[in-house]
Amino acid sequence: MCTFSRAPITTGTSVLGIKFDGGVAIAADILGSYGSLARFRDCPRIIKVNKNIILGAGGDYADYQYLKDIIEQKIIDDECQDDGFHLKPKSLHCWLTRVLYNRRSKFDPFWTNFIVGGIQDGETFLGTVDKLGTAYEDMHIATGYGAYIALPLMRDALEKNPDLDMRQAQELLVKCLEVLYYRDARSFPKVSLI
Amino acid sequence: MSSIGTGYDLSASQFSPDGRVFQVEYAQKAVENSGTIIGLRGKDGVVLAVEKLVTSKLYEPGANTRIFNIDRHVGMAVSGLISDARQIVETAKIEASNYRAQYGTAIPLKYLNDRVSMYMHAYTLYSAVRPFGCSVIAGSYEVDTPVMYMIDPSGVSYGYYGCAVGKAKQAAKTEIEKLKLQDLSCRELVKEAARIIYVVHDELKDKQFELELSWVGAVTDGLHERVPADVYQEAEKFAKAAMADDSDSDTEDM
Repeated sequence: MCTFSRAPITTGTSVLGIKFDGGVAIAADILGSYGSLARFRDCPRIIKVNKNIILGAGGDYADYQYLKDIIEQKIIDDECQDDGFHLKPKSLHCWLTRVLYNRRSKFDPFWTNFIVGGIQDGETFLGTVDKLGTAYEDMHIATGYGAYIALPLMRDALEKNPDLDMRQAQELLVKCLEVLYYRDARSFPKVSLI
Repeated sequence: MSSIGTGYDLSASQFSPDGRVFQVEYAQKAVENSGTIIGLRGKDGVVLAVEKLVTSKLYEPGANTRIFNIDRHVGMAVSGLISDARQIVETAKIEASNYRAQYGTAIPLKYLNDRVSMYMHAYTLYSAVRPFGCSVIAGSYEVDTPVMYMIDPSGVSYGYYGCAVGKAKQAAKTEIEKLKLQDLSCRELVKEAARIIYVVHDELKDKQFELELSWVGAVTDGLHERVPADVYQEAEKFAKAAMADDSDSDTEDM
């Protein structure tokens, strides 16, 4: 019998991303939930991919680790090429949309949300892909519970001050994660932020 | 050559009556016609240097390079048929990538060398294939230890302190033997490597060449990289100065 996925097993909750003046920041806590159990307390899920891309992930942690390994090998291949060209955030974002969309089209999705951030040709980039392959770019992005709780806070902050600097953006993300910690039962007070 | 016409050199899968495999020896000849490459293993890293012969002025500079990255920590310099060498490089990259996928750590050069040697050796066993017309030197820096191996077309490989392959390998080896390799740092080795390549280059037969230099060691944090422009220029200057001294003393003798 052929069975497809399924439900996520060990999961990470919301990921938040925001553009600021001259960069992007991504933040998430480091809890690996097992259903509603707060099972693993050191599951960082934000990585620096190369010198101009950062990546954050929510959803099934194993799916994230699997894709992370593939992405890391891509970067090594890229560096070995030694041609002075490097993977760019838009390219990685697009590649992720293809991979995730392809899997959902087989009714066997990678149960993940990704936020890709970075700098390309002097401009900041912030995009997201979900497990269905739905992808978009925005000034501020929040996945999972964060889309309900953090996004309004971020919109509000950006409306008041559209030109955040790095420190303000980081403070905003930390504040959002704090609120999420109070409201989202699957969250955790330790975070990683890049 | 006594082998020609005997019929024993037509296949890699057949011995000659005196126990040789001529196809493999021919492959080694292909390497001996190629530009010289050297590898030096010092106290804190490995330096690879290549005399890349440029056979036409119409080529773009920097084309057909002979030093490759296999993984972040492994470099490979190749001598012989460049297209054969690229195949070896590709195989080595795949091996490195598979190892990382399986074990989650960087491939030890000892293991990579085993795999690549076996691959090259396999091409000396069958009549349907020919051996690789290239030799490769692989270097890396693992847990504060420099490692270097050289593989020849027969699939034989050894670990080395210093090695040379190609046209002027004899001259290069004599130069390398003069060095106290275990005492030298990467920065010193780069200069020596550049000097050796310049010294062994035969200006009369091969007019133009490009020097390629790469290193992996403590200076690069264990990453294999081409040497930065300033180090390269310094090494090239040192090599040219050494050459000038050399020719000065030659004229004095006469």
